[in-house]
Amino acid sequence: MHSALSSLSFSQATTVPRSNYAFDSHSPAFALSQPVNLRFCGLRREAFGFSSLTQSCSGRVRVSSRGHSKKISASAVGNGTPPKSFDYDLIIIGAGVGGHGAALHAVEKGLKTAIIEGDVVGGTCVNRGCVPSKALLAVSGRMRELQSEHHMKAFGLQVSAAGYDRQGVADHANNLASKIRSNLTNSMKALGVDILTGVGTIVGPQKVKYGKVGFPDNIVTAKDIIIATGSVPFVPKGIEVDGKTVITSDHALKLEFVPDWIAIVGSGYIGLEFSDVYTALGSEVTFIEALDQLMPGFDPEIGKLAQRVLINPRKIDYHTGVFATKITPARDGKPVIIELTDAKTKEPKDTLEVDAALIATGRAPFTNGLGLENINVVTQRGFVPVDERMRVIDANGKLVTHLYCIGDANGKMMLAHAASAQGISVVEQVTGRDHMLNHLSIPAACFTHPEISMVGMTEPQAREKAEKEGFEVSVAKTSFKANTKALAENEGEGLAKLIYRPDNGEILGVHIFGLHAADLIHEASNAIALGTRIQDIKFAVHAHPTLSEVLDELFKSAKSTQQPSYQKKHLGGICSFADDSHT
Amino acid sequence: MAHILQTSFLPFTSSLRRTPVSGPKGKPQALQVKAKIREIFMPALSSTMTEGKIVSWTKSEGEKLSKGESVVVVESDKADMDVESFHDGFLAAIMVEEGGVAPVGSAIALLAETEDEIAEAKAKSQSSSSSSAQVLEEKPQEKEEVAPAVPAAAPVAPAVWSPKAVAVGSAVHPASEGGKRIVASPYAKKLAKELKVDLVALVGTGPMGRIVAKDVEAAAAAGVVAASESAPLPASPEKAAPVAPEIELGTVVPFTTMQGAVSRNMVESLSVPTFRVGYTITTNALDALYKKIKSKGVTMTALLAKATALALVQHPVVNSCCRDGNSFTFNSSINIAVAVAIDGGLITPVLQDADKVDIYTLSRKWKELVDKARAKQLQPHEYNTGTFTLSNLGMFGVDRFDAILPPGTGAIMAVGASLPTVVASKDGRIGMQNQMQVNVTADHRVIYGADLASFLQTLAKIIEDPKDLTF
Repeated sequence: MHSALSSLSFSQATTVPRSNYAFDSHSPAFALSQPVNLRFCGLRREAFGFSSLTQSCSGRVRVSSRGHSKKISASAVGNGTPPKSFDYDLIIIGAGVGGHGAALHAVEKGLKTAIIEGDVVGGTCVNRGCVPSKALLAVSGRMRELQSEHHMKAFGLQVSAAGYDRQGVADHANNLASKIRSNLTNSMKALGVDILTGVGTIVGPQKVKYGKVGFPDNIVTAKDIIIATGSVPFVPKGIEVDGKTVITSDHALKLEFVPDWIAIVGSGYIGLEFSDVYTALGSEVTFIEALDQLMPGFDPEIGKLAQRVLINPRKIDYHTGVFATKITPARDGKPVIIELTDAKTKEPKDTLEVDAALIATGRAPFTNGLGLENINVVTQRGFVPVDERMRVIDANGKLVTHLYCIGDANGKMMLAHAASAQGISVVEQVTGRDHMLNHLSIPAACFTHPEISMVGMTEPQAREKAEKEGFEVSVAKTSFKANTKALAENEGEGLAKLIYRPDNGEILGVHIFGLHAADLIHEASNAIALGTRIQDIKFAVHAHPTLSEVLDELFKSAKSTQQPSYQKKHLGGICSFADDSHT
Repeated sequence: MAHILQTSFLPFTSSLRRTPVSGPKGKPQALQVKAKIREIFMPALSSTMTEGKIVSWTKSEGEKLSKGESVVVVESDKADMDVESFHDGFLAAIMVEEGGVAPVGSAIALLAETEDEIAEAKAKSQSSSSSSAQVLEEKPQEKEEVAPAVPAAAPVAPAVWSPKAVAVGSAVHPASEGGKRIVASPYAKKLAKELKVDLVALVGTGPMGRIVAKDVEAAAAAGVVAASESAPLPASPEKAAPVAPEIELGTVVPFTTMQGAVSRNMVESLSVPTFRVGYTITTNALDALYKKIKSKGVTMTALLAKATALALVQHPVVNSCCRDGNSFTFNSSINIAVAVAIDGGLITPVLQDADKVDIYTLSRKWKELVDKARAKQLQPHEYNTGTFTLSNLGMFGVDRFDAILPPGTGAIMAVGASLPTVVASKDGRIGMQNQMQVNVTADHRVIYGADLASFLQTLAKIIEDPKDLTF
């Protein structure tokens, strides 16, 4: 308990530094929202923190004891009414970040929970994705800084040639993954979540079979089942992955070698992050992008700026509007050969010879062998069809009762934290509270140097929606160049962009490119999630000098025709009417 | 550069600026044509902005523009902004290149109304900038004199050099379909564009013959010097003479490419276990020979190289090297590399087959190599194929020194000055002889003490009785 408190006050201290006054006024609010907050905080701490195990779990131990007492009373009630014939209240298939988030929340809600994992706890994110890649990017960021003579000189620093030890870098990534994995495993064990090892298969309604190869299968039943089996790297046909010279992110994260020249197929998040790592370590990179522009999916303006900073000045070139139709690994003294085909005319366009190729063309759902046919569910391109509440839809378009699918396997938003949020939403539903996740409030980030982050709609998406629904869209922008903290760091390159409705002050989207953009986005995503309007958030105070003032300035530069709500309260009824009118 | 540009562009700006305002209608024909070429100005993006930097041109010359379309990205003191065109037309001429700075209100590009007028606009932008072009041409040359080893630090004015200056042999990328395709790494391509080097003329030295960044840098360095040499430089003779370079004290100056290469090689040399053996050689006979054939263009360097090569014929192990730590590599030819100091660096032109080539040819070859080295036109095979290196500091009066073994070779010989020395002979007399000290540094993995000792003994014999040198 004591350590829980200390960790709370610690986080308090970091968010509001040197302000006792703020501490006092904030702590009651913090305490109120504690259960929900802890869930998110806990996950983030698991995923990114380096705090010792006991500390990071201390909060949960307390929650779990509370959870247990609830569970007992719940089962006592359960014994009275319908006969309880299930082994578990909830079974989650897949112990990735989504499954983990769901399991933790389920325990808190008093559900008897089991999680089935056929591979390693942590799933893609922890073992082959976000986590080890952050370790590599931490290295690349430092290398980049040390190598930039200009940057160092501007600080008055002198650094002799920076070098790196490949194995050391690889070990850092691997150690981080195992540390986070054991944190994740221990946190679930400590809470009393049963971790069942083996491949999970649905054999019928509310019934799952699991077991290791060569061992007899076990059958378990549960009131509700969540599918959270995630995804694997998608490799288009014609590409031969040998794991050495033609690789996917799974192999690249092991950093077994740093090629002189690597082609990266796909310029989305994964491709961009790896280009950052490889160029910092001395490789030259060629992007191959099927669409006409690099970085599709980003807001066009952000994409353009990002290209100017992350691509053009670096040792990177690119081919756009082409498919890599055939990639042959290096063998018999020949390099990796990539055949490019024009995306429109389908004519062969060019051939590249490189030292390695990284396939970063997205991810494919991992849903084979799940036994979906036993409950009449047909996947769509591998994805499990779900409704907006993550309830699985069968071949006849009907909801399958007590079956949910979250995360990459449903393809709604292929992000670790989206999976976790979906899992929490499902747990809310099965414990009797209707909950629908607003996907537009889920932020995304790309951890290049500098970072890119976004939440909500891009400008074109917002304009399209505005046209359809007949409202006005405005855009506000601020630059990192005017931010004191950014300039102190000599990192003035960056832009924050706000897309909003001037008529009611609703935030439609925020996009940031610049120093620590991934950490800055949450003020905007929280505002969207909580429905905070421009006219109100403008009055929130930001510590000076911090990077968060970039967003402060952004909100202040936006023009909403609505009055802030504190004024409405004074005016009474008239304004509450106005408040209703803009929905 | 833009600083120079803007002054010369301004008069032109004012002469043209008037015309579009007056509009095409009701104006004499001659003026109407002019009116169709408009200027794009550096906009004031904030109240405090006095000048702006061109971050990038989003359109290239000749591209069609419609009103409201973004043409250029300008960096002000606060942010990067896209600048839109106020008119439809074609981007005829870019007057301030990417990275250049222009004051607010000055013209940065010309916009032609129709495609036909592009050429006209281009001509105008050129004629108007002809005065500035002169300034531009002089600038890089000045730079050249101060630090010629900097491989085109600034984008040099459209330096035109003949491709044959860079093209060597016909080595092509094995998988590039007989040279039809250029295989160059991304950074090499970027550099080539920046330094205006034609990749077609290059021979790659990267993996599997691909063109890598250093190939482009080498070509650019060679090309720049070639260009500046071919350009008439009336006032250059006394200026071009190696004056002590201006060095600003208290500054940190980054290595040039060549200096970087030297640094890497020097550090690499630390992984080789070397040792040194010295010898004093009487040079009276050699000096006499030199006096006799000097008029035929024979140089002391050539004589020393020849003598060394002849000694190496008898001691092939001293001409060997250790590539992998497991074996001797006995070189098939005796190529004597001779260290030459050039401004801002050091290079080792190679006298190939010095044992076989006669002394006169060798001397001519040497002169040619030195000229090329000074002009930075040496091809890779002319400076990196040495099997044994000579380093001579005798001309400075240095009597002895110690050389670092260049990686990839077996031995290097440091040659001191030949000085009159009082010597006691075996028969008890005292006399005067010209003596020269040599000191060989060798890789002890392949060359042992006795090898060097007997090599030096042979060399001394050849130099003390140099009649074989002229055959």
